[in-house]
Amino acid sequence: MIRKEVANVKDALAGVTNNMTLMLGGFGLSGIPENAIAELVQLNVTNLTCISNNAGVDDFGLGLLLQKKQIKKMVSSYVGENEEFERQMLSGELAVELIPQGTLAERCRAAQAGFPAIYTPAGYGTEVAEGKETREFNGKMYVLEYAFKADFAFVKAWKGDTAGNLIFKGTARNFNPCMCGAAKITVAEVEELVPAGTLNPNEIHIPGIFVQRIFQGAKYEKRIEQRTVRQKS
Amino acid sequence: MALDKIGIAKRIAKEVKDGYYVNLGIGIPTLVANYVPESINVEFQSENGVLGMGPFPFEGEEDADIINAGKQTITTLPGASFFDSAMSFAMIRGQHVQLTILGAMEVAENGDIANWKIPGKMVKGMGGAMDLVASAENIIVAMMHTNRAGASKLLKRCSLPLTGVGCVKKIVTNLAVLEVTPDGFQLLERAPGVSVEEIQAATEGNLIVTGTIPEMEL
Repeated sequence: MIRKEVANVKDALAGVTNNMTLMLGGFGLSGIPENAIAELVQLNVTNLTCISNNAGVDDFGLGLLLQKKQIKKMVSSYVGENEEFERQMLSGELAVELIPQGTLAERCRAAQAGFPAIYTPAGYGTEVAEGKETREFNGKMYVLEYAFKADFAFVKAWKGDTAGNLIFKGTARNFNPCMCGAAKITVAEVEELVPAGTLNPNEIHIPGIFVQRIFQGAKYEKRIEQRTVRQKS
Repeated sequence: MALDKIGIAKRIAKEVKDGYYVNLGIGIPTLVANYVPESINVEFQSENGVLGMGPFPFEGEEDADIINAGKQTITTLPGASFFDSAMSFAMIRGQHVQLTILGAMEVAENGDIANWKIPGKMVKGMGGAMDLVASAENIIVAMMHTNRAGASKLLKRCSLPLTGVGCVKKIVTNLAVLEVTPDGFQLLERAPGVSVEEIQAATEGNLIVTGTIPEMEL
């Protein structure tokens, strides 16, 4: 067995420096790598390019990095619910590249799977496709989109083992599996880290081959962005 | 009388057929789930990674790990499944999801749709909308026929940045049901008590009226 576990979040983020491109899993605040983000704040690395579907809220998730002006550029599909983000974007301090959500996922997956680029119909005929190569297949137009290149991918899973195998829970799965192995180094944080051999191999969502470092997060807030409930009748 | 948002949702619910996998956008489309008859089997997909979405959880049963694309806490129904974002959009791009219902700021008579960006205003992003409109075989737009200032949202050409080109098939508004055809907006149904003239006056794009136009049944 090849061991992937590291002692803590500090060791997990060893080698992260200014000017790097980072992938961060999560959708909204669900399934975000909370501990890695907290450590990025501690490290105070700057000029980061962050590939993440969303940019957190003002005081949680990537919003914490935005507050300290550590992010140079965001590559996302949706960036609402964040006033500091809006301020930095409108003042020109923060560059933002908005791309369709499925394209974001597939550009991660292409990097993971060794494809240099993919063709997608999303965005054809819109400003997203401006300046990009397009091509017709079977009478329909597609846009060429390139695989991402990133230095680190930070993902969050529910359970993991010391061999780096991962299991996700619910919709906290989202972009996390797509980013595993899509960067030079993939760092997985998990709520529960167990010895290899404990998890059923049939139930592994992401094999450890896609993960270089794994650690158990010290704590998880798992904040809910929109708490919606119904009354018991 | 023109329909309200619930009326629009009720009319669109009639387009949902037994065995459909359906993706619902935010706003009026979300309401459609409430009016799909219990006699048919439908599964709702949320593009953040769930099929078989159920109602909101009871108070105290919310789970931060189970949300919909609007980031709202939800539940799942028997037969539900979770999956990653690439697989979610494989369902959408691969046309395994039969029906997409979404809102729009503008629709053009050639089927173009604009619903993600207003120049000069804060742009929040397109989320999954561009993937959905570029891929779905069957797209129904739920929208008000005119904006707050009374200007038509059914245009010859969209004035706002596009989300997708030539993709909208059907539109259900507070005034009418329309189909996008090569010649323009074919009027299919009127809202109860709304005249063809009123619909014509509220439609900037080419409106095609053939024969007698029936009232919607809700």
